[in-house]
Amino acid sequence: MIPASLAALTGEPRVVTAGAEVFGEALDAQAVPRRAVDWRPPLPGTGEDVARVLADPRRHRANETALGRMTSARPHLVGVRRAGEALDLPPGTFLHAGPPIGWERASGPLRGALVGAALLEGLAENAEEASRLLETGRIRLEPCHGRGAVGPMAGVVSPSMWMFEVRDAEHGGTAHCSLNEGLGRVLRYGAYDAEVLRRLRWMDEVLGPALRATLAATGPLDLGALMAQALQMGDELHNRNRAATSLLVRELACGLVETAPLHAAEVLRFVGGNDHFFLNAAMAACKVSADAARDVPGSSLVVAMARNGTDFGVQVSGLGGRWFTGPAAVPDGLYLGAYGPRDANPDIGDSTITETAGLGGFAMAAAPAIVRFVGGEVAAATAATLAMYEITLAEHPVYRIPGLGFRGTPVGVDVTLVARTGVLPVVNTGIAGRVAGTGQVGAGLVTPPASAFTSALAALAKVADAGGPPTSVA
Amino acid sequence: MSADLVEARPGVYHDSVSLMRVSAALAGLPGIEVAVVAMATELNLGLAAGLGFALPEAGQGDLLVALRGAGPAELEAARAELDRLLAGLAVRTAQGRDEERSARTVRSAALRGVGDGPATLALVSVPGPYAFAEAMDAIEAGLSVMIFSDNVPVEQEVLLKRRAAELGTLVMGPDCGTAVIGGAGLGFANVLRPGPVGVVAASGTGAQQVTCLLDLAGVGVSHVLGVGGRDLSAEVAGLSTLRALAALDADPATELIVLVSKPPVPETARAVRQAARELATPVVTALLGQGDDLTRAAEAVLRALGISVPEWPSWPAPASPPGTGTLRGVYSGGTLCAEAELVAGSGEFTDFGDDAYTRGRAHPMIDPSLRLDALARVPRGDVALLDVVLGHAADPDPAAGLAPGIAAAVARGVPVVVALVGSRDDPQGLTAQAEALRAAGASVFTSNAHAAGHAASLLAGAR
Repeated sequence: MIPASLAALTGEPRVVTAGAEVFGEALDAQAVPRRAVDWRPPLPGTGEDVARVLADPRRHRANETALGRMTSARPHLVGVRRAGEALDLPPGTFLHAGPPIGWERASGPLRGALVGAALLEGLAENAEEASRLLETGRIRLEPCHGRGAVGPMAGVVSPSMWMFEVRDAEHGGTAHCSLNEGLGRVLRYGAYDAEVLRRLRWMDEVLGPALRATLAATGPLDLGALMAQALQMGDELHNRNRAATSLLVRELACGLVETAPLHAAEVLRFVGGNDHFFLNAAMAACKVSADAARDVPGSSLVVAMARNGTDFGVQVSGLGGRWFTGPAAVPDGLYLGAYGPRDANPDIGDSTITETAGLGGFAMAAAPAIVRFVGGEVAAATAATLAMYEITLAEHPVYRIPGLGFRGTPVGVDVTLVARTGVLPVVNTGIAGRVAGTGQVGAGLVTPPASAFTSALAALAKVADAGGPPTSVA
Repeated sequence: MSADLVEARPGVYHDSVSLMRVSAALAGLPGIEVAVVAMATELNLGLAAGLGFALPEAGQGDLLVALRGAGPAELEAARAELDRLLAGLAVRTAQGRDEERSARTVRSAALRGVGDGPATLALVSVPGPYAFAEAMDAIEAGLSVMIFSDNVPVEQEVLLKRRAAELGTLVMGPDCGTAVIGGAGLGFANVLRPGPVGVVAASGTGAQQVTCLLDLAGVGVSHVLGVGGRDLSAEVAGLSTLRALAALDADPATELIVLVSKPPVPETARAVRQAARELATPVVTALLGQGDDLTRAAEAVLRALGISVPEWPSWPAPASPPGTGTLRGVYSGGTLCAEAELVAGSGEFTDFGDDAYTRGRAHPMIDPSLRLDALARVPRGDVALLDVVLGHAADPDPAAGLAPGIAAAVARGVPVVVALVGSRDDPQGLTAQAEALRAAGASVFTSNAHAAGHAASLLAGAR
């Protein structure tokens, strides 16, 4: 039973105002404390959908449930396994980043990576033969997300590849991500020359088995705790993973020396020499956390954001496995060497799972060392993170930002808030060359297409429970 | 030969009231004939097209500027003034801002708190189709919310009020014009002394009339809780009225409750009467159209409190020859208009505060132009009756705006009677306003019922 008394009637009034400024000024004239909302109309055409979704009586609790699961997940690195076995991936089926796509619409870097994987798997002798297999559908394509996995950039996973296996100790889910090859000319950026393949074979023969033996000896590694520490050491866990990689090396080094003494030095040299090695573990950790929030009817929480180099797609908790897409944009960033924007492929990769789970661009304020990606000012990094609190449902209880007084990172994008504010998620990303085989050309920021979010909102409005008596025909 | 200047400024947003002030300021510049500065909504684009402007590609998120003036020099000067005014708006908004970044939703603002404490209330006056989201944010943040916005669908009103009942907050509105909570006046609010009377009002100007008369009699209010004009309808079934009655009953500062409304539908009336009987606090009801008027309701409150009823201040004009025509009510307050019609018994009454007249323009309590046009059309032999409502957010000097129109009417033989609703402490100054209106030739009454009675008597003599 709700008490008859009303909190508003006791104590000093403190007012939030939204709308006509004349009423705000009237409060100022009375010296009544107030906070003005910088209100603007929602994204065009979304007003009715927003109202319908907000009117769904399931929404509030559904979002609490979904978000509670996302932020209470406890990701642990439990091992490495081959994709064929871990993901039940049959021979001749490859995974890719982002929403579903076929060869005909695939961008250069995705094609390059697929060709490289066909060569790696021994399905083709050369690039032409590999292309033919892919073009004719002899090699089948599926999105990583469909098998509980994620892959950075092209995100191509073939059955023989080793995958990090991350388990959620709280909710029991499992997620996988490939092992990171390093920067520059690498498969995930669409390169497939001899050096790329040689490195992949070394990972296949040496790195994977060594990590498997090490993790079997050390037992599960608490990634959530490690990532929380890394945030306090200047990582945002998407474009900067230097601290987390160092922490991982510290965790693994002794076990590696004990279990794989013959290869320990080369493995440590490889992992320690790649500042992004941890990224793939972070992605699996974020994937397992976001997956915990899936399939809550009525929830408007985004549980995946991913790009395939052509489309940017989102998935929403209350809408199952449906993808809502818009055109992927070309990132705005800094370029390596003589490369420039003309060499850049549109946005690609599953690594936006970090932003989905409240890291990456959302945690930019934690990573002043890489502020050159956002215009060179620490204040711009802080502003990027602060803007994300407008479209997220909570502050992360574990991932905290020292520079913001240890405030939790903004976590849990709500499609209704995106439509209402027009504020789009801030995404940090690497930039792949648009021509197959080029590799990485830069890194920077990218703006997702609003249409991916508004079409998800429209779908949510369609399945919304009207609540209360039947509404009149609008 | 006049020239046009038309442009769309993408992503620039200001609320409609602020922009109407800007438009009015530009239209007042020398050599400027027409000035439309408005968000590029369909309505505003249509308006500008109707004025013959060639429109650029623009959507509701863009600011539309359409100026017509004597020539390029005048237009340039107007554009410079526009930039100056918009910069002023931006600065004003920035001053009310968060240390780093302003909140974009009520949800975000409520989470941040207000000043050095938590928020206790929200005041939503965004365009009607978007009010539901902001109000829902407030309720789910545990705040009571006043919704000034009109054009909110009744299904949404019911959902909001049910949700508020679940979460223990109060929804005041939609279309709620006034509220006073803990001394803070929200919306169009008079400056009222603190006191023992709690008001529940389904009628904004009705509550303003009752509370202003009480204030003139030296009696103050604890809280004035608006509930919105539809609350006592069959659909809404008094959800907020019942909640507000219970809240005032539980409030130690409230010794007497006044319920102000147009007559509710019978089922709702029964439920409300039943609820009122069960309260520990006495309730005086002022239901228009049931032999009651607002002045008598205020007098009943005074009697219930054992306070003698004073003579309500008035400033009569010298006797004029009796009219022979029609009584023309030119009102800004809906309930005041309805009350005047009831008291006068006959005449033609228009409520310029009705949705039909406020689409795309400011409320007549802020912008007198529509009422001035109507006043200018009252023919000799008729009597004009209008209301002037004082208080926060209303026109800072309504007498100054209306005086020329009143003087012109009186000069052509139209007696003008004004119901002046205000308190002695209102920022406009009750006496100063009354004297200015009187000086223009109007008879001025603080009681709307008395004003209507007087206006009718100016015609009755001729019958």
